[in-house]
Amino acid sequence: MSVLVFVENWDGKFKKATFEMVSYASIVAEMSNSNVVALSIGNVENAELEKLGKFGATKVVSVTNDKLNFLDNQAYTSVIAQVAEKENAEVVILSNNNTGKALAPRLSVRLKAGIGSGVNHLPLSITPFVVQKRAYSGNAFANLLIKTPVKILTLAQNSFEIKENGSSTLIENFNADLGEGVVKTVVKDVQKQTGKILLTDADVVVSGGRGMKSPDNWAPLVEFAELLGAATACSRPVSDEGWRPHEEHTGQTGKIIAPNLYFAIGISGATQHLAGVSSSKYIVAVNTDKDAPIFSAAQYGIVGDASKVLPKLVEAVKEMKAK
Amino acid sequence: MKVLVCISNVPDTTTKVRFIDDNRKLDTTGIQWVINPWDELSLTRALELKDVASNGIEKVTVAHVGSVAAEPVIRKALAIGADDAIRVNAEASDAYFVASQLAEVIKQNPYDIIMCGIESSDHNGSTVGGMLAELLGIPSVSAVSSLSIENGTFVLTREIDGGKENVQVPAPFVAVVQKGIAKEPRIAAMRGIMMARTKPIAVVEPAAIEAYTEVMGYEMPKPRAACKFVDAENAGQLIALLQNEAKVL
Ligand SMILES: Cc1cc2nc3c(=O)[nH]c(=O)nc-3n(C[C@H](O)[C@H](O)[C@H](O)COP(=O)(O)OP(=O)(O)OC[C@H]3O[C@@H](n4cnc5c(N)ncnc54)[C@H](O)[C@@H]3O)c2cc1C
Ligand SMILES: Nc1ncnc2c1ncn2[C@@H]1O[C@H](COP(=O)(O)O)[C@@H](O)[C@H]1O
Repeated sequence: MSVLVFVENWDGKFKKATFEMVSYASIVAEMSNSNVVALSIGNVENAELEKLGKFGATKVVSVTNDKLNFLDNQAYTSVIAQVAEKENAEVVILSNNNTGKALAPRLSVRLKAGIGSGVNHLPLSITPFVVQKRAYSGNAFANLLIKTPVKILTLAQNSFEIKENGSSTLIENFNADLGEGVVKTVVKDVQKQTGKILLTDADVVVSGGRGMKSPDNWAPLVEFAELLGAATACSRPVSDEGWRPHEEHTGQTGKIIAPNLYFAIGISGATQHLAGVSSSKYIVAVNTDKDAPIFSAAQYGIVGDASKVLPKLVEAVKEMKAK
Repeated sequence: MKVLVCISNVPDTTTKVRFIDDNRKLDTTGIQWVINPWDELSLTRALELKDVASNGIEKVTVAHVGSVAAEPVIRKALAIGADDAIRVNAEASDAYFVASQLAEVIKQNPYDIIMCGIESSDHNGSTVGGMLAELLGIPSVSAVSSLSIENGTFVLTREIDGGKENVQVPAPFVAVVQKGIAKEPRIAAMRGIMMARTKPIAVVEPAAIEAYTEVMGYEMPKPRAACKFVDAENAGQLIALLQNEAKVL
């Protein structure tokens, strides 16, 4: 028996979210008396693969194949399923990012395994297997019983602490069987976002709403974010108006994020906006209206004008950093 | 060429949800049902593609797995412009059940493009579209923010973590769509509402499928601690609190 984690690399490197997943998997394995096997697809050097051992992977299965240079959902599903079967996996864990969301459902059918998607807690119990997941766009949680022998989980990013509890790991190269014509997705071109902290990876996010008044007022918000090493985000009307790029839109119809700290500046706090950010550990609101609903979701608040408050926050961070 | 748009009906997105039956079931009293926002945008994109005659789309069908209570929402899709509808007459017990029912319908009557939303706003599963593609053994592209037909080939943009990719796939395929697929949802015009009354909704009885999962109960999020206010004049104090009290900086 094993707990299989599918680990994705970005240009040969793993991200924090990967180590969170392996840490999570190692606790699930402890709960179910089994071992963590990580599956890596793509060219990753052994030194990087070995890092997975520190977080509890006892074995890393590495698959390299030119057919897998780009994500083809059918080909990737086939590889993960082959490894899951070979390793006798009882639980398969993927990230709840775009890749995980693309693969987990296909894998579910392939392995006849029920899915708990977007989980952000350890299973409530192993026998029977019950996990808690988001429902009604963050307005509730569902306790979901997975009835199949194999279970698939997609883990929400930033929902589990990294824990170093392992040591060395065995690296095994696996030759996945990929027949002719399996890969059907042809990638024509790739546009990568470079030099920016990804919203879904960020520990701290600074987000602006219509209360920012104009696209020309964003400089202090961006400066504040840069000083904090934070990603920038916005509410839907802001991206609809073209004040900020679409990738920054958070909420029910945008990105769903769970940073440690989320600054909502000039954002009213509509339910559809909160649907994307309510899992943040701390929410800080700056708003001129003391009755704005965002203050009911926030732990810290300032009733005031963003254009006056932001420069003060920038100054305070500079002072903090100078110390 | 035929397009199928899978639609789920969900509580209006501002609904304050409540549960009954030992927190096992949603209290539906007073709930306004709407087409899941993504599915409304899928439908809009499908109709935009159909509007361009050279794309060669003859028909846009919507499919739903659910009880008769969903018919007003299906009629709305017809009023927006779908040509016809299929409803599988069964309680949508879980994602695998829904995907399997949709797969049965499609096996009977194939489609070239099948569209699903990236997430239903009630179950938040992000699963039905991918499962459906696997059940049909056809390609899927997920997180699709644009879909067009260029000289008979299908060109899709998908979001990856940290970027975008333009991809081509052969039909039939499932597109799991997200933000960007259409700008604004198309609204039903008077003429559409009149015409919708006579458009057919085929009701299909479900296949025998065993669900993989079951909701044991719902819980409400724990109420958050009350907001602590910092005076705007001394806004800088907030940073010290975040550093020393919340310990997040
Ligand atoms: C189906 C559906 C899906 C949706 N999905 C999303 C989504 O994913 N994400 C999303 O964000 N929205 C979404 N919305 C829209 C949502 O309902 C709100 O309209 C939107 O979030 C409001 O954005 P806002 O808070 O920036 O603007 P507003 O509601 O206009 O609020 C502006 C706020 O700024 C404050 N303010 C004004 N001046 C200042 C100042 N000088 N300094 C500080 N504060 C000031 C005001 O008091 C107010 O609270 C969706 C709506 C629907 C119907
Ligand atoms: N009951 C249903 N009937 C038809 N399509 C559905 C149903 N439930 C979900 N879908 C489709 O699957 C998508 C994703 O839903 P989910 O997997 O529940 O997040 C939705 O946007 C719909 O396109």
